[in-house]
Amino acid sequence: MASDDIWILGIYMTKFGKHPDVDTVDLAAEAAMSALADAQVSIKDVGVLAAGNLMASSAGIGQQLQKQIGQTGIPVYNVANACATGATALRTAIMAVKAGECDTGLAVGVEKLAGAGLLGGGGQAKSDRKVYEPKGRYGAVASVDGRIGTETMPGVFAQIGMEYGHRYGGASFELFARISEKNHSHSTLNPLAAYSKRLSLEQIMGDVMIAYPNTRPMCSANCDGAAAAVVVSGEKLKTLSPDQKRRAVKVSASVLTTDPWEEACQVLPNVNTLTRNAAQQAYAQAGVGPEDLDLVELHDCFATAELVHYDNLMLCAPGEAVPFFESGAPWRDGKTPVNVSGGLQSKGHPIAATGIANIWEVCHHLRGEAGDRQIPEAKVGLAHVIGLGSACGIHILERSAA
Amino acid sequence: MGQQVPLVDYLVLGDQPHLVAKECTACGARFFDRRNACASCGKTDFKTVELGTAGVLRTFTIVAYAAPGVPVPFVAGVVDLDGTSVRANVINVAADADHVRTGMPVRLATYVLGADDDGTEAIGFGFEPVGGD
Repeated sequence: MASDDIWILGIYMTKFGKHPDVDTVDLAAEAAMSALADAQVSIKDVGVLAAGNLMASSAGIGQQLQKQIGQTGIPVYNVANACATGATALRTAIMAVKAGECDTGLAVGVEKLAGAGLLGGGGQAKSDRKVYEPKGRYGAVASVDGRIGTETMPGVFAQIGMEYGHRYGGASFELFARISEKNHSHSTLNPLAAYSKRLSLEQIMGDVMIAYPNTRPMCSANCDGAAAAVVVSGEKLKTLSPDQKRRAVKVSASVLTTDPWEEACQVLPNVNTLTRNAAQQAYAQAGVGPEDLDLVELHDCFATAELVHYDNLMLCAPGEAVPFFESGAPWRDGKTPVNVSGGLQSKGHPIAATGIANIWEVCHHLRGEAGDRQIPEAKVGLAHVIGLGSACGIHILERSAA
Repeated sequence: MGQQVPLVDYLVLGDQPHLVAKECTACGARFFDRRNACASCGKTDFKTVELGTAGVLRTFTIVAYAAPGVPVPFVAGVVDLDGTSVRANVINVAADADHVRTGMPVRLATYVLGADDDGTEAIGFGFEPVGGD
């Protein structure tokens, strides 16, 4: 192991779902302390803490967490990057270790989101007297949500999937629903998923329509949850025990991108180019290609999003996402298993936790500790998140050779 | 007829309502909002350009659940106006997947969305299918 490599030494995710009896800090503390225990280190070994909690991003979750699990005086970075917040926290800790500022970092993402309902969109507050006055950057005299398109997440991502279908064909309501059927089926093997119920295609298509073609089970599940990871330098890992070395997972690539300007990108968010850019950088960094991946956890915030990311992550040839899905490739027994955790649609999407929880899933398989849902002989995996606005985080992980 | 104001400042009313964009004089990138600089090239000179009123629906969704106060269902989409993409609702059409499809030709249409306490009408816009439906 090279001295400047980065390794995940310990990692943990809480059960996703409803946690009415604990608060955000409790959940973060469970994840952080359990990740430290998994790494077989203590809070006193940690030289940097990066933490995210999107719904209360000004509250300083990092320092709140320190007050419960150890105020050691180390630098804390509170990060917020939409749904890429967890990946951004992890990458912040990785950068600090990579820069040589310390040899051990801790990243934590936490969210309490059960019962949050529809995200995105919203009207303007009404004043007593109604007089049309242009406001904001578009000089709008009234709320534009619902009048000039939609700002709801299910609607935005519906258009992203439908646009792909328009360009390449083959995408239908049923196809998108079948993607959701796959993830709900996968979730039945994941005891930490918020929902682990198999749903038939008829149930998925017949459920409440949220934004065509996304019905309710085709949308990410709002829930509570936290995840945390301990990262160390290769130099540090050399000093640790054989068991720690055996279970350590190599971070072969850690990439964060934003969307470069393109026509239409400020009209409908373009989640494609920044994902493709991140994937290209990640494959180059790791020295692996899509064909080497034993499993992929990608950001299926909606069934319509999963389809486009098959293409963006280059799991298929350009424009071939529909045939890729039709071939059975992304099922857990397929060529490139995608979202064997159940994905955001059934495992759940506690926003800031998601970008570490997907890495937990991959690490679990690479360590051979994934139990009933273990992908046999998994050696290389990829974890992807998108935060709308936009930010894309990709990590490629490899099993320890030790 | 009382006074009318457009829902947004890039909608120009009159005999032939149309949309306008701010076009970067250096790289040609187009925007609908007030700009500090060009997101494509960073330059700061813009000119106002008029957009055509006929285009093609490139993508859409039919929103059934929205924020409180937003009437549903409605069709939200992106229209390609000769290479300039515009966010808009598809209007004057049944809000179901049998009546809306990607690739369908559409044209700009306006409507009164309400009046304020001074009697001023706000005019909104959307795109409606071209031809029989």
